[in-house]
Order: sequence, then C-alpha cells, then structure tokens
Amino acid sequence: MRRKTYLDEINTNIYDIKNKDNYEYKAKKGLSKEIIEEISKQKNEVQWMRDFRLKALEMYNKLELPTWGPSLDELDMSEIATYVRPKGNMTNNWDDVPEDIKSTFDALGIPEAEKRSLAGVGAQYDSEVVYHSMKDELIKQGVIYTDMETALRDYEDIVKEHFMKCVPISDHKFVALHGAVWSGGSFVYVPKGVDVKIPLQSYFRLNSPESGQFEHTLIIVDEGARLHFIEGCSAPKYNKINLHAGCVELFVKKNAYLRYSTIENWSKNMLNLNTKKAIVEENGQIDWVTGSFGSKISMLYPMSILNGKGAKTEFTGISFAGKGQNLDTGFKVVHNAPNTSSVVNSKSISKNGGIATYRSLVQIMPRAKNSKCSVSCESLMLDSLSKSDTIPVNDIRTEEVEFSHEAKIGKISDKTIFYLMSRGLSEEEAKSMIVRGFAYPISKELPVEYAVEMNNLINLELEGSIG
Amino acid sequence: MSNTLLEINNLFANVGEKEILKGLNLKINKGEVHVIMGPNGAGKSTLANVILNNPRYDKKDGEILFEGENINDLKTDEIAKRGIFMSFQSPEEIPGISVMNFLKYARHNITGEPVKIFSFKEEIKKYMEELNINPKYMDRSLNVGFSGGEKKKNEILQMLVLNPKLAILDETDSGLDVDAIKTVSKGIEMFKNKDNAILIITHGTKILEELKVDYVHVLVDGRIVKTSSGELAEEIEEEGYRKYRKV
Repeated sequence: MRRKTYLDEINTNIYDIKNKDNYEYKAKKGLSKEIIEEISKQKNEVQWMRDFRLKALEMYNKLELPTWGPSLDELDMSEIATYVRPKGNMTNNWDDVPEDIKSTFDALGIPEAEKRSLAGVGAQYDSEVVYHSMKDELIKQGVIYTDMETALRDYEDIVKEHFMKCVPISDHKFVALHGAVWSGGSFVYVPKGVDVKIPLQSYFRLNSPESGQFEHTLIIVDEGARLHFIEGCSAPKYNKINLHAGCVELFVKKNAYLRYSTIENWSKNMLNLNTKKAIVEENGQIDWVTGSFGSKISMLYPMSILNGKGAKTEFTGISFAGKGQNLDTGFKVVHNAPNTSSVVNSKSISKNGGIATYRSLVQIMPRAKNSKCSVSCESLMLDSLSKSDTIPVNDIRTEEVEFSHEAKIGKISDKTIFYLMSRGLSEEEAKSMIVRGFAYPISKELPVEYAVEMNNLINLELEGSIG
Repeated sequence: MSNTLLEINNLFANVGEKEILKGLNLKINKGEVHVIMGPNGAGKSTLANVILNNPRYDKKDGEILFEGENINDLKTDEIAKRGIFMSFQSPEEIPGISVMNFLKYARHNITGEPVKIFSFKEEIKKYMEELNINPKYMDRSLNVGFSGGEKKKNEILQMLVLNPKLAILDETDSGLDVDAIKTVSKGIEMFKNKDNAILIITHGTKILEELKVDYVHVLVDGRIVKTSSGELAEEIEEEGYRKYRKV
C-alpha cells in the first residue's frame, strides 16, 4: 500500500524526455572570435550585431568570475557548445514543427495550454525558436510578439535602441558571455494603452548535451499598457554540465503594468546564471513571480530599477533546493525616484543537503523621498543536512523612507508532523502538506495550471527525498 | 463480539531517560466516558501521546490493545486510521492550508473514501454552527491566528468530522471560559454514542459538570491509583491529590 520511491522514478517524469541530439548545426565547443563570427554568419545577422558580439566577447575575456556566491569551478567553457540550431524553421503551426520536438512540447503541455489559457506562445528548442504564434485580435491591436531574430530583422530600430541597454554587457561576466553568443528568446511590444488580458508565454527547452542556452527576452510595455508574460524552462539531465545564461530586459513605461512569471525547472546538471532587469517609469509597475526548482547551481537576482515617480515593484519568489543543488537567488531593487515602493516576499525550501540562499540588494537613493520598501524572507529546512542563509544588503541614502526587513529561518517541527499524522496523514504526506502550505502565498500568485505544476514539482521533489 | 475498545496492560514509557508511565492499566468499553485526572507531571498527556505512538516517547514495557489488536508498533497515522483521535493541548498551526482543505484531506485519509465536496461543506457548516465557529474560518489557515478557545473548538470540529471510535481529549477544557467549555461539551455530547468512547484528560472539573461521566481515574506518578464513578471528581476538586501521593 505504501508507495515506494526510487531514485529512477524522478528521471521518468516529463521533464526528462531526452531526444536524440538531432541538430542541424552545432557550433564547435568553446569560445573564440572564430566561433562567434561563425554563429553570427549562421544567423545571417546585420553587421552591428556581429560587432556587438565581438565587443561582448572582449568584455567577457576581461571580466573575472564573481568572487562571492557558489563556486563556478565546474564550468569549463571549452566544453560547452554555445549554439545549437535545431532542425526545421520557425513556424506558427505546430504541425510543421519536427515530430520529436513537437512531442516534447506536447508532453510539457504547451500546445494544450495555448488553446486553453494563453494569448500567444513561443517555444524555443536549444538555440532557436521553433514556434511562435499569437491570437489575431492582439495583432490587430498592434501587439508584437515574436522571436528575437525576427525582431532584429523586422523591428531593427526598436531592438537597436533597447538591446542590452537595460542590462549592459559590463554588468558581469555572464552578461558579457550572453552578449557574445545570445540566440533566440522573445520580443514583445505592447502599444500605448493596450491591455493584454490573457498571458503570453515563452517556453525554453534545452535538449542538447554539453551545450548552452542564451535566449534574450526583450519586452516593452508602452504607456498605460498592461501585460502578463510567463516564462517556463526545463531540460533533461545529462552527466556533464549545461549552461544557461539568458538575459531578460523589461521596459515598463509610464502608467504601464507588467507581470513577469517564471517557472524554472532546469535539470540538475545545469548552471543557471541568468540576468533579469526591469526599468520602470513614472507610476509604472513590475511584478515578478518566480519559482526556481531546478539546476545544479543558480545565481539569479531579478532587479527592478524604479526610475519614475511613484513606480512600484513586487517580488514574490520561491526556490526549492534539493540534493546537490545550490540555489543562490534573491532580488535587487533601486529606488531612484520619489514615492516609489517595493514589496519583497521570498521563500526558500531546502532538503537532503540542498543549499538555499537569499541574497538581496535594496538601494534607496537620496532623491527617492517618501519611498517604501518592505522585505520578508522565510526559509524552511526539511532536515539537518540542508542549509539556508539570508544575505541582505541594504543601502539607504535618505531618511525619509519606510523600510522593513524580516527574515525567518525554520525547520519542520516533529510536533507538527505528529499532529498531522494523528489526522491520518503519513509522514511524507504531512511534510508535503507543510511545504505546500509554506509555498501557498507564492503559488496563489501563479496562473492556476502553474500553481498545480508547482505543487506537482514540490511533491515530486519530496518523493525523491524520502525513503 | 467484545465490547472493549481500548485495553492498556502494565504500560511503562519514557521521555528520554525519564520514566513517566510506570505500569499503567486502563480498560475502556464502547459507550463509556472516562476521565483521567491527576497533578501536573503525573503522566496524563504522556499517556495520550503514547497511545498515539508519538516518536518522542519510548514504550519500555506493556501493551496497548485496540479492538483486541496490539497497536504498540503502529505508526501514528495507522493508529488514527484504526479510529483513535486525539484533541491536542496546543494544536499546531499550519500556514497556507485552509481548515476546509485540511478537513477534506484528513477525512479522505482516515476513511479512504473520496470526499464529496458539496455535501462535505454543508456538513462542516452545520458543525461549525453548533460549535459557534464563524464559517469564515473554513477558508483560514489551520489554527493560524486562532485564539486558544478557537483552536480547541477546531479540535472538536475535527473530532466530529473524523468520527473516531475513541476520542482522547487532552486538556481540551484548560484555559477556556465557561461559555467555551459549554460549547466544547456540546460537541462532545453530539459525538457520543453507544459505539464510541471518550477519554478526557483534565485537571479541572468544570467540564465534568456538563457531561455525564462513567469513570474517573486518578493518575499519580505514572500509575492509576484510584478509579471510581463521577463523584470522585468532586472530592478531588475539594481536597486535591495529596492523599494519593506517595510519601
């Protein structure tokens, strides 16, 4: 009657479908001027982008690895292919997507979700987007939702004006790397006053072993417009390291609203060194909702720069670090104008020796009078092997602010487990209920199917940890 | 068929190195209401926890039989599924899990049957009304921000919903005002029938004024030293436990 769990069981889930590495073109492993030039040639790019890539490569070579956070010693760029072009061309018809790729996205439920609850979908496989589509009524309203390559061709001026302006290549080594080898990702433009009521979603799947994914997401929500964008990502597990160094640049104009939701479930051989940043103008708002479950190492700190008066941001995030995982995540906010506000609600769960660290930066500039910032972070450790830490940096340069920071680190108590078991729950069910309850304030922020997915991920993770 | 629900023979139990129960015997039949009284530290709550096999306590000797079967080594959830319920002295708080979801989950686990949401909700509403619990509490996180009295009433609600064969109420009346004790007693009366039994652990007597009790046991230093009908409670109320303590 009792359900036994085996390690193998975790590997039979939908995220772990491994397709044959059936690419059309795979760049040589490693990083050199020649490889970058070849990628640019393969992508048939404009000259300024090729020059930009080479400049970014120079920057990459100049910058050092971060001296803080998890060790990245395992990363050997000479073992990573930075560009893998899948078979087939981008299409807006799932029937035209090669069979093995389509069946992967089917298993992940993407076409189904598209029919049911999304206004548009992009799907990237390895380095290129294989499918992109959006409902006609949004096209009529002037909304643009396409892959970055198409955007670079068809909306070159907008791309040139914004591309890596929010996240400059000098930010850190992996942003520079991204600038040199980026490929794929989504471009969204929502015109003034347009309210996109149903979410758009891009899904990123990395299938190829010993490779990297470097998608670039650029979203501009113009004055008074509204958008909910969802990003999902996963990969099957291989024995060697894979790398993800994507970049997300969000421009939220005056009175605009953007909600950016992410469910990340990279495989446990992935180094996830992603960079996300939003610039928010007057009375605009960016809300981040993030669930980080996968990867071997994550270093991920979405950042909101509140540049306009009355700009707002909320960050709601959860991370779940299991065996062999080191998830160093958090949030950064810069209050750069008066009456700005930020609310942070972060939770982490660690088990089976996993390490979950919350790292944050709150910077309130002298001109940001009457601003408010409230931070709450909670960690739950499921056993004594696991670790949790909170490393906040608060740099507050004006007196006229309301600032609060609350951190709680705790363990599941035996008393609570006993209480739940006395109501007929097994020990596993009791733990899982406690964790689901702990995660609830985050999961309730997600669209319902993602909340369900998150609960499934939590249950899956717990099954693997017990027995 | 035997009428006996619970039978405890010569039970010894420790917390860590400390011996708490020292040869305890107890028999409870269907349809009976038992009360265990005793001074602080006598082992009253230990007894409740040991019956439910709380891993914090070690059974050293003796046996616990439920419906004739030894349940010494069953896990807590398996004991609950056999039909033993315990109302906790300090119920745990579970953030993010609503009272309704919790009850649904617990009922499903205890009975093994699917729970029909609509009729189940009606059932809960009815019980909540009887127990003077604001129906809005259905959607609140279990016990989070509840007052002491609200937590205790919630325990009684769980007892009614899970409908065990034996309900152990560990200090359910302690810290409650007269009205709350009346409500709790009403819940117990609703629960009580000829096929189930109740074991009330208490050090007060107010709750006994509201309920018809069949047996009162005095527990001192890990053993039951006296068993009698209801009047014993009044005597203890007036005279305390002094005469039962070993000198």
